[in-house]
Order: sequence, then C-alpha cells, then structure tokens
Amino acid sequence: MGDGALSVWEKSSTARVVPSARPRKLAKVPFVELADGRLQGVVSSGSDIGRVYVSSVAAGTYAFACSTNNNRPCGGARGMFCNHIRAMIGEAVLQYGAERVARYLRVEADAAEADAHSVTSAMTAARPAQGDSSAAAQVFSRFLRHLAYLELAPTTGPLPEMQWFPTTGAVAA
Amino acid sequence: MVPDDRGGGGLMRADLLSDAVDGLDEALAAVDGFDEALVGGLLRPQPNQAGGLAALADAVAGSPLAARVAEAADKAAAGAAGEDHFVALAAARTALLGSVHDALTARVEEAVGRPRTDGSTAPASGEEHAANLHAAARGWLCDLARAGWQGIDHELVAGAAPVVSAMLPDPALRRLATLLDGFAAELAACCPGAALERVPVRRWADLWSRALLLALPGAARTAAVGEATGRLLPLGVDVQEHATAVQAQVHAVFEPADGGTPRLVRASVSAPKPDTVVAAGLWQLLRPHMSLLAAVGEGRAMELDAMPVTAEGDLIWDDARARAGEPADIFTSARVALPTAAAFAVSPLDRHPARIAVPVLVEGYGVEEGDDGLVFQVAGCRLPVDTDRVPAAGPLTPDVVAASGACLGLLRWDAGQFLLQPLAVERTVRKKAVAVHAGAWAGGTTDKAGVRAEKAATDAVKVLRERAGKLLRK
Repeated sequence: MGDGALSVWEKSSTARVVPSARPRKLAKVPFVELADGRLQGVVSSGSDIGRVYVSSVAAGTYAFACSTNNNRPCGGARGMFCNHIRAMIGEAVLQYGAERVARYLRVEADAAEADAHSVTSAMTAARPAQGDSSAAAQVFSRFLRHLAYLELAPTTGPLPEMQWFPTTGAVAA
Repeated sequence: MVPDDRGGGGLMRADLLSDAVDGLDEALAAVDGFDEALVGGLLRPQPNQAGGLAALADAVAGSPLAARVAEAADKAAAGAAGEDHFVALAAARTALLGSVHDALTARVEEAVGRPRTDGSTAPASGEEHAANLHAAARGWLCDLARAGWQGIDHELVAGAAPVVSAMLPDPALRRLATLLDGFAAELAACCPGAALERVPVRRWADLWSRALLLALPGAARTAAVGEATGRLLPLGVDVQEHATAVQAQVHAVFEPADGGTPRLVRASVSAPKPDTVVAAGLWQLLRPHMSLLAAVGEGRAMELDAMPVTAEGDLIWDDARARAGEPADIFTSARVALPTAAAFAVSPLDRHPARIAVPVLVEGYGVEEGDDGLVFQVAGCRLPVDTDRVPAAGPLTPDVVAASGACLGLLRWDAGQFLLQPLAVERTVRKKAVAVHAGAWAGGTTDKAGVRAEKAATDAVKVLRERAGKLLRK
C-alpha cells in the first residue's frame, strides 16, 4: 500500500464491498448474520410459536452453541450440531452464498462448488467442541434490534449519503 | 450516427466526456495521498503517510483552510491529532473533491448543453439538538482514523452501534445515522482489517470524511426554502440501498404553473429496513409513503400544490400536496421537457463527484458488450453503461439495455470516468417503439416475475412483523 497507483476499484467511491443479502424465506430462520467472529442466528421452534432458539458457530474453531431465548440448552446440541444449527447454516448459505459463509467461518470445503452440505460436513468432520452459550443473550438482542428497524418511520427528506450505496441489480429477484 | 438536434438540447457532445479536465489528476492525487494515510491509521504514522498528509495541506495552501490544515497535517504526522485536526483534514479533502465536482459538472453542462445552473445555497438554520450523539459519532470516527482500515476489529466497529440506535428513531438525525449504519456494517464485514487483501481506499475515506463533517453541529440540515406549484413530469427512479436502509429518488422535470423556467428536481423517500427485506420488498416499504412511485409506474405526471422544495431542488414529498395528473410518456418528457430544464445549485457539503447524477437522453448509439460490461458508442466516443445500478425488482435487464435504441439515464462519474446509469430504454419491437423502465414495478406490477417477487417479499415482512409483535413488546 502506498507504493504504487491505486487500482480502479480502490479509486471507486461506489465500489461494492458487501453484496446485498439474497432473498430467502424467513419462517424457519428469521435471523442469521456473520458477526462478532461467529455465524449466529435465531431459529423458530418447530413446536412452540412463542419460542425461538439462538444458535451460533464460531469462525475457525467451529465451537457451537444452541439454547432457547430463555437460556435453556437445546437438547439436540449435545456433542454435535443440532438441527437448529444445521438449518441456520443452510439459510446463511441462501442469504450470503456458500463462498462467503465458508470464508467467514474459515472452512476449507472439499467440494469444488461449496454448498450448505459441504460447508456443514467440513465443520462436523473437525469434531468441534460445544461452546458455552454466553453469547446467546447478545445474539438475541441483536435480533430484536434487527426487528426494530421495521418500526422506524420512513422519511421523504433527501439522504444524499445514499449516493454511496447504489443498488446492485445483479441480485435476482 | 447522431440524431437530429431536437429542441436545442437533444444532442449530447459525448466527446467532451472523455477529454481530460485540467487540474483533475493533481487534485485527485492529493486526495489519494491522504486516503492512503488512513489505510495504515494515524496512531503511529510512517514517513510515507506524513507525505500524504503534507500533500493534502499543500493542495489547499491557497485557500482559507490553509493554516488549520497545515497544523492538522503536522499533528497527524506526529501521531498527535485530536478531533479538531481530523475535522480540518476531512474538510480539506472535502474541499478538494468539491473542486473536482465543480469541474466535472461544468464539463457535463457543456456536453449536455442545457441551461446553466444558477444561484447558490445558503446554509439552513435551525435549532441544535442531540449534541452528545454528534460528539459520540465524532469520537468513534476519530478512533477509526487512528486505527486505520488495517487496524479495525469487531470491538472498535461495534462502537458505532449505540450511536446509530439512538439516532435512527429521530428523522432529523436520519442522514448521519443512515450513513454511520451502512459504513459500520461494511467495516464489520471486513474485520479484522489486518487480514484484508484489498481496501476500498477512496470509498472508506469518502464515508469517513463525510460522516465526520455531518457530525458537526448543524451540518446535516436540509430545509425547504420554497414551494413548488405546477406539473411534475417523472423521468425515472434511482434506487440506493445498504443492508439496513433504502432510498428511492425520482428524477423529474418540474414545470411551474406560473410559466417560470422548468427545473430539474428530485423527490426522495427512504426507510430503515432489516437486511432480509430486499428486491420487491424495497418498493413495498416505500410505496405507501410517496404516491409519486405509483405515478412513475403508471407513466403519469403529477400536479403539485405548494410542495416544499429545498435550495438543491429536492422536493420534500407530501402526498397531501400532490394529485395524479395526465398520462405522460417518459421519453416524450425527455425529448420535449428535459432540454429546457435547469438544474439547481448543489450545496457546499454535497459537492462530490459521487453526487453527480444528471438526467440525459442518449440515442442512436452502437452497443459493445465486453468483459467490463456494456459500453455505448455515442458519436464515436465510448460511454460505459452501469447496468449494476438498475434495481433487481424491475423489468430492465442488461440484455434489454443492450438491445435498445434510446436510453434515458443518469450521467455519473466514478473512478476516473463518466458512466451512464439507465433509468429507461426504448427498443423497437415489430417496428414500434417499446419503453422499458427500471422503476416500472415501483407502484406494483402485474408482470408474472414481478408478482412472484412481491409475494416473496410480503411473506418475509409478514414473518418479521409477526416475530416483532411477539418478541419486541415483552
């Protein structure tokens, strides 16, 4: 850096740095994100509409955790990924693409074309340890913050700064 | 092939867009030097970073900023910059890019041949509020400058979250909040900075310096200075989005009822959003708040009655002051009304090349499809087409643009060149001209793919609202 001329991408004010999320169905996994060094999300309970599970997998170590929003441990996540974690990985791949999920988690998927299955099996093959669920409260509060965006009023005052964030039509509807 | 000059403004001198602009490279080199200093951060600057800082100070040595920027560059080079110094450096960079904006805008006016921009904008006045939040935002931005893009980590980036959360509910703080939110999300996705393979050097310096200046008391005010009464002829919709915000801007020609000069105006509607609301979901969020979106979709003019307008030509839209007018074909508006429409002046803080978005009609071009995307050959000159900026939820695809014979678009400038962002194209199907608009689905659609996209988006928002209803109010 600093030795040569900047590339076109480096000189672009509107360079696309983070691709926008791809559309997906939200009923099963209403929230998923790559943040705080983890893949983390919120997964609906199959049986109780009022209950959700908070699941996470750490980048690098793949240490995993799953518990309810009331901090009760998930029965399925003993010694291995539970179905909530598997569902979360699947939806993360839909939202972000397998390549970005694998890169964030530092997974070297075997298959030439990474998909949810290859990313998941590469992680389970490493026999990850069960992590503590201390992050669950934070993940859940991030989910609530995410939901709160729906409650914020739209405005018709101009936001000139949005010129730096052009839409990317490359995403298929 | 060049079409006839229609009504004095139909012909664009594309050759002027590829000619060099005097002084441009020098100004941008000074900007680049400073931007590269931000990559490594200003906590313990290296000699090459000091060079970049000094060059920025030199570039504004003939301006009223000279003394303050020189002092700031010295302090920053010594690793001892405080908030005022960072603000001075951001101001110098903004002033340089302002001069680049002005030179490029003058070139565009010459190429397009429309009436000259007149007037100036005065800073809006108003009451100060949320001083603590502004100070917190500046503090976070100063920490970023010290760490540098290669020094960012999750903890540092997360520092923006409480400021953004506190600002978002207040519409008066929406500009800064939306910018910080998008910027922080982008930085978070790139953490840790030490592992970055490449850095969007100019972009992040743009966002940083803009945020720092907007976080000064009073900087982000936009106030209506007049009222618009007359006919509004839409030209097209430009959509901007980051993970948690969307804005649709309608570019239009306003014809005053009193017979005054037609003006180029914009009407905007924006909303914060969860990152899973995308594509047609964006239209659904915005649609209920601006009837103009439906008018664009239906190809109608609107009649305005005392609609507030800013000194920059932004209508502060209010559905109560607008009603649907006669059908108005966008290409007819572009051929007849656009050539006589005068642009408004740009406010000082908004003078930046990324802000340039000038409606132009281009016809009779050749089309070149290469690895770098689509290029129009206009009167022997190459004009790259930015099809990426066309919203996903609409019928205008790169293939349709490539098969077109006329294009109404926004002339933009980025990374050293002018680009054309298509808003609508005309193609000939069975000897008849058929128009395809980027914003055709803004007000809703009966198109099969469109209906499917709308349904998917409705379902997504329904799930989120249902969850929010259960969880948020406990």
